[in-house]
Amino acid sequence: MTPKKRRRLAFAAALLAAGGVLAAAIIYELGQNTEYFRSPSDIAVGRVQPGIAFHLGGLVEQKSLRHGSGADVRFTVTDGKQTVPVEYNGVLPALFREGQGVVALGAMNGAGTFVASEVLAKHDEKYMPPEVVDALKRSGRWQESGGT
Amino acid sequence: MIGELGQLALCFALALSLVMAAAGLTGARPNELNNGAATARGIAHGAAMGMLVFVALAFGTLTYAFVTSDFSIAVVANNSHTLKPLIYKITGVWGNHEGSMLLWVLVLSLYAGLVSALGRGGERLTSAALGVQGLLAAAFLLFILFTSNPFLRLDPAPFEGAGLNPLLQDPGLAIHPPMLYAGYVGLSASFSYAAAALIVGEEGWARAARPFMLIAWIALTCGIALGSWWAYYELGWGGFWFWDPVENASLMPWLVATALLHSALATEKSGAFRTWTLLLAIAGFSMSLIGTFLVRSGVLSSVHAFATDPTRGFFIMVLIVCAIGGALGLFAWRAPTLKGGAAFDTVSRETMLLLNNVFLVAVCASVFVGTLYPLALDAYDGAKISVGPPYYAATFAPIFFALLLLVPLGPRLNWRRGDLKAALRALIPAAAIAVIAGLAVLMIATPRFLTGVCAFAVAGWLIGASAVDLIRRKGARSTAFAAALAHAGLGVTLMGVAGTTLWRSEALAVMGPGDIMHVGPYTLRFDGVTQEQGPNYRASRAHIALMDGARVQTTMTPEQRIYPAEGQDMADTAIRTTGLQDLYLALGDDRGQGHWTVRAYVSPLAPFIWLGGLVMAMGGMLSLWRRLRVRAPVPAAAPQPAE
Repeated sequence: MTPKKRRRLAFAAALLAAGGVLAAAIIYELGQNTEYFRSPSDIAVGRVQPGIAFHLGGLVEQKSLRHGSGADVRFTVTDGKQTVPVEYNGVLPALFREGQGVVALGAMNGAGTFVASEVLAKHDEKYMPPEVVDALKRSGRWQESGGT
Repeated sequence: MIGELGQLALCFALALSLVMAAAGLTGARPNELNNGAATARGIAHGAAMGMLVFVALAFGTLTYAFVTSDFSIAVVANNSHTLKPLIYKITGVWGNHEGSMLLWVLVLSLYAGLVSALGRGGERLTSAALGVQGLLAAAFLLFILFTSNPFLRLDPAPFEGAGLNPLLQDPGLAIHPPMLYAGYVGLSASFSYAAAALIVGEEGWARAARPFMLIAWIALTCGIALGSWWAYYELGWGGFWFWDPVENASLMPWLVATALLHSALATEKSGAFRTWTLLLAIAGFSMSLIGTFLVRSGVLSSVHAFATDPTRGFFIMVLIVCAIGGALGLFAWRAPTLKGGAAFDTVSRETMLLLNNVFLVAVCASVFVGTLYPLALDAYDGAKISVGPPYYAATFAPIFFALLLLVPLGPRLNWRRGDLKAALRALIPAAAIAVIAGLAVLMIATPRFLTGVCAFAVAGWLIGASAVDLIRRKGARSTAFAAALAHAGLGVTLMGVAGTTLWRSEALAVMGPGDIMHVGPYTLRFDGVTQEQGPNYRASRAHIALMDGARVQTTMTPEQRIYPAEGQDMADTAIRTTGLQDLYLALGDDRGQGHWTVRAYVSPLAPFIWLGGLVMAMGGMLSLWRRLRVRAPVPAAAPQPAE
């Protein structure tokens, strides 16, 4: 084996090892940081553990928005079949409306309330987050022609 | 009438792109084998210019329709409004799917024209590159004509348009898409040159393609920085990067383009990594295509996802498979016939560039997996997931950090065989600056973060090394200056990112007239909300006084805007910057009786994030300027001294 070949082999081995470490790190971190989208119906059937972060998608229920004394708000998210109460301490996005689609990031507390750390609304009137569409389709409340 | 003119221009452009593809590829053959090759080359050049003229005409036509609010054209009716300010009528041209695809093809044609006018390689290489560029243009023109025609009519024409998403009515976003496209699509030129080099078997392609790589890289850098800046002041969250799939779609081509710039340099100067550089050029544009697919097919939920239409996604998918598959097939077939890379020592600049490439590709792979994993999982079993920022913090950040540590070493080693000791000795001042920067942060900044100390030490290391470079090698060639500038820019951005991420303070309160809020070192007094009328919106404007003791230092006015035409609300933030620190205010919702929620952030060093991007782009421009100034091709010399 010539020195050049030996060096190439060593380099290839190092690259392979580094690639292995990278792949392992990526797989491990993906497992750690995957957040699922859940609908109120998913929660009702117990698919969500308290304290585990996930994205809650659905519609803001009509007349459910309540303001607290500070910046805290409460509202209810529905997919037409089930509802989940949501608590949030922060500024709601400008396009947040009762009866409109919403995605909230957070986790369930022990008392069955979703504590949101972030609330996202859609970016414009014509657009519905695919996750919300999916939640509504699964609960049978989505009309293809009517859209929102 | 005007719509038909645009449509006709697009059809002519399609015909010319096909002529260009056929003529260009014929012209790639040697004269001895094909008598008509020289003529074909002339035709390819002519067709490139002709296509540019016709695509520009189509684009001009659409712009005219937007400016004159011609609502008989569906795209205009759906995305414009008579009351919109002129600039947003113009930017509305690419604020929708059809128009943005037309812009894409316009940029592609521009690069074809540039290759034709400035192409420096052999005539066969240039001809083949034009041929490949023609194929790409034809594919995208077909895509536009069949799935995304911007000139479709509405009958009857409505009296008023539906308006443009207010989020997009912003000066930053007016130039962000053209800039980003200049980068995205600019990688098509490197792609075409790489394919041409494989067809013709010419090795000088890296030098010929370099100006186009530089233009694309500069534009991508500026485009990403602009997009991030826009997200910062427009979205009201005070963040500058959200690891949104669409952001990632622009970051991946940048990472590959950066790797390509470095690898192509080694190929050009010392003949190393010949095949690898070809592969990177193909990968770079592939990332652009994948990015386009992600953004335009509507598989993602994002402000960039316009209408969802499965046929479009399918068409782009087929296009991607053909382009990438074709290029990789060509690579597999022809690359083994090319000369292998030149040898180099373990301690050499080539090794450092190799490490640069290994790290950049690794970083790109981590972003790629994080971006596409949710889509793959959704396609596989319908599970909707998202990959959060912690994933990127754990994978992207450490690899990129390791890369930054090595950056100053590269330019100090010679090609082929370097002297590590001498390089390290030359870097002692930079190491001293790094230690001082780290210690300074340890002493000044509270709370203390180990990552913050490391980040500032590395930033000091990068900027210090660049400074040493500039002082030591006065009168050195401007390439060294350009590299030093670009590397220093990385350090500047790193400081901004670390400062904003680690030491940001935030306050949130419901405020009535006279209420006081404290955030960071600032005291703010809420002085009430007034109603204002904008050109196409109504605004609730808060008046918030920045206090200096009992004196009002200045009044800041964050707004909530309502755009009646679009039926949308939007927050308009107020930012006051000292250059070293941003005070950032966003107005929330009306709580009645003059009370509003107010959100305030203090972001230390936030402007550095985009300043660093600008410095990097300036480094690229300097290098480009030097390239374009040297008109005659310099013969590849024997081992060159470090530059």
